[in-house]
Amino acid sequence: MGNNLAIEMVNITKAFGTKVVANKHVNMDLREGEILAVLGENGSGKTTLMNMIAGIYTPDSGKIIVRGEEVVIKSPIDAFRYHIGMIHQHFKLVDLFTAADNILLGERMPDDYGHGPKFFRWLRFNHLSRNRVKDLQKTVDRYGFGLDLSRKIYDMSVSEKQTVEIIKVLYRGADILILDEPTAVLTPQEIDKLFAVLRKMRNEGKSIIIITHKLNEVMAISDRVCVLRKGEHIATVETAKTTEKELTDMMVGQKIDLNINRTGPVQPLPRLMVRDMSVVNKEGRTVVDHVSFDVCGGEILGIAGISGNGQKELLEGIAGLQPKAGGDVIFRNPKRDKPVTFYHKDLKKIRAMAAEGFFHYPDGECVDLRGKKDKEVIRLVNGEQLLFYEDEIIDLKDKTPREIQELGIKLSFVPEDRLNMGLVGNMSIVDNMMLRSYRKSRSVFVNRKRPKQLADDIIRDLEVVTPSDMVPVRRLSGGNVQKVLVGREISSSPKVLMAAYPVRGLDINSSYTIYNLLNIQKRKNVAVVYVGEDLDVLLALCDRILVLCGGRVSGIVDARHITKEELGLMMTKVPDIVPSYTYEGLQKEAEDNG
Amino acid sequence: MITVITQAIRFGIVFLYGSTGEILIEKSGHLNLGIPGIMCLGGVGGCMGAYWTYQAGAPAFLVVLVAVLMAMLFGGLGGLLYGVFTITMRCNQNVTGLSLTTFGAGILGFWGTQMGEKEIMFAPASRYAFTPSLFFGNSTPDNWFTTIFMSHGVLVYLGILFAVIVYLILNLTRTGLSLRAVGENPAAADAAGIPVIRYKYVSCVIGAAISGVGGAFYLLDCTRGSLEYMIDAMGWLAVALVIFSLWRPNISIFGSFIFGFLYILPRYIEGVGLAEKELLKVIPYAVTALVLIVISFFNKKETQPPAALGLPYFREDR
Repeated sequence: MGNNLAIEMVNITKAFGTKVVANKHVNMDLREGEILAVLGENGSGKTTLMNMIAGIYTPDSGKIIVRGEEVVIKSPIDAFRYHIGMIHQHFKLVDLFTAADNILLGERMPDDYGHGPKFFRWLRFNHLSRNRVKDLQKTVDRYGFGLDLSRKIYDMSVSEKQTVEIIKVLYRGADILILDEPTAVLTPQEIDKLFAVLRKMRNEGKSIIIITHKLNEVMAISDRVCVLRKGEHIATVETAKTTEKELTDMMVGQKIDLNINRTGPVQPLPRLMVRDMSVVNKEGRTVVDHVSFDVCGGEILGIAGISGNGQKELLEGIAGLQPKAGGDVIFRNPKRDKPVTFYHKDLKKIRAMAAEGFFHYPDGECVDLRGKKDKEVIRLVNGEQLLFYEDEIIDLKDKTPREIQELGIKLSFVPEDRLNMGLVGNMSIVDNMMLRSYRKSRSVFVNRKRPKQLADDIIRDLEVVTPSDMVPVRRLSGGNVQKVLVGREISSSPKVLMAAYPVRGLDINSSYTIYNLLNIQKRKNVAVVYVGEDLDVLLALCDRILVLCGGRVSGIVDARHITKEELGLMMTKVPDIVPSYTYEGLQKEAEDNG
Repeated sequence: MITVITQAIRFGIVFLYGSTGEILIEKSGHLNLGIPGIMCLGGVGGCMGAYWTYQAGAPAFLVVLVAVLMAMLFGGLGGLLYGVFTITMRCNQNVTGLSLTTFGAGILGFWGTQMGEKEIMFAPASRYAFTPSLFFGNSTPDNWFTTIFMSHGVLVYLGILFAVIVYLILNLTRTGLSLRAVGENPAAADAAGIPVIRYKYVSCVIGAAISGVGGAFYLLDCTRGSLEYMIDAMGWLAVALVIFSLWRPNISIFGSFIFGFLYILPRYIEGVGLAEKELLKVIPYAVTALVLIVISFFNKKETQPPAALGLPYFREDR
């Protein structure tokens, strides 16, 4: 490892508008032939800083020194000139083109290439570069990337697209590579492959910066770590001389409790019953294949799986947003009945009713009578006034998405592009709150009072960073947008809450806020479905975990008694005997805890 | 029938100019609804050029040349105006385009009124310069083939030539590849080092210049110097033709003949009232709608408009 500096950034400041300062006097340096991890929470200014090296943004003040020479990088073309290549989080590829066209796109041809005078160079025929494509393919094959360059981008998987990006910057002769959260969309196996490629490139003398907020990856791949917090540079340390804990402290600035507080399931009775559900997508592929499961009130059911294995379609199918190809979804809507007073002579009747619904004391506490001995039942109910909730059985087959929502089945889906679903970017937080409630109003004019109250509550409780509640949502940073989205769904007091990737891209503190919110819902006997990417979180947060693989259920398991390795195995392959941990098991768990 | 087909080709070429220009603009990600206005501007420029050179007693080819260049200049200026608004100032493309249409039609109306006895003024110029056959002079052999394909003025062939050139540039050259990348994903093109803004400007200006020639051709050849017919209606059909031809200039050539045929057909149908004839003019639009329905069934990426069409691009956008 050489000690020459490849890049040095001195006192860099960058602001967007007058209010958002993304980088404040940041100093950073990259040595030749090393892998530097840039670590930080969401909105800490990692991507902004890197974009300034890549020529996407220009700094407001400060110096960028490349190989000892002070430079101004005004555009990506300038960055290429200094052999800097960036692989963005959202790939910059033209879907309609082949991989080869994308790699060759915008390439400066040498002057002696092609025919005719210099003036007509712009007219040069593209097919002349076909020979170059062949050369390129040879190189790709030699490195073992295993990619057919004549395929179109829209046919490729995420990992293949990333490979195209890497080949592209390498082909341009970059020897300083910047990767913006490259692992966010990859499977564990693909991550290993990527890391192997990165190590190989480092050993060949390339300098690499990798932006991430996953600590285990930092420890696994980097030589040094540069930590940013809220736009400021905290420290740069040697990876070998630090620990995950130390890095976390630097990153968040305060000690955070890494334990998610998991309570036992509360009154677990099936709330949503999915039977043999299938979904066929637009391309005619079966993405959800005869999936059956129950979600109980008072539990958090995790859904695990490598992204793109039907999680999204499953939830959208339940919410009525995707046409179902087959199967039933039954919703047991708890409906409040009159209060009743029981005496021991009513034992038979109580037993019969308990099978149909469940009881509450007037103060809201549940009374679970199932599986209890006669004596105990009498002890619990004799002379007590109880509220009886009878389940109303509703088939969701012919319901519209709106009707399903009004039944209290809420879907809060956080897509990769957070502004695409659920929120209107140009509207303020208050107005976005109103999107869910305006139908309830009977007046012609909208009433902003209650949505404003709600928006302010969410801003306060979830610590949304915003100048005011009237700022358009698109001006907020990604994590804050997400808090608004999840907060709104939870505020509508749902009976079933389906949260897909609610912490995607969020920093640790905000993630915990969200876990806590889900736990509160669970305690309120809401049936919570949590689709997540991080297995550790799934294991620590959920009561049961449903594993999807290729759209099929490869098992429903007890989150308290399964290992990460077992889960990982189920995610890649449907086992011969599909384990099924039913809600009866949960009830036992609830008893043990209670 | 031969007359109908001949006329169909002639009118179709007006659409072809407009749609070739619009395709070039749309490939850079800009939806220019100002095409009708730009064609009006081109018409003004073309007529001016033809009139002045004719008055000065210039030879025929010079009259044609100056008229075409003036039409391109005026059209190109319209495109530049559109570009400044939508590329540099990032205004809404639809609003800018529609106001440009109103502006162009207004300029044409104003200028037409100023010219006074318009038909007398430049109709001779058009007869002189545009109608003579390219191949046979005035002694065109009288058979169906020559009548349909070889009896037109030079601008008909120039229109087809433009379409072919645009097609070749878009699909075979590196410049075309870069331009398509700009229209599909400007951020990707930018990251690849393509000067996005320059590409957008060049395609907007050149596309508008080509469309402008369409306006001049329409006034000087199709209507023989009369301003009675509205160019804007032709302009809207040109925009519809872009969709009809799935953003491909090669399909656009044949599409333009079909559009020309459908446009001209009502005039040649006997025994239909005036009102019904007006109604028949919707056929091209109906056909375009039909094409849209058909391609939506196939749902192929290749038949879709450029992905970034209508979206302003700003590198530092968050």
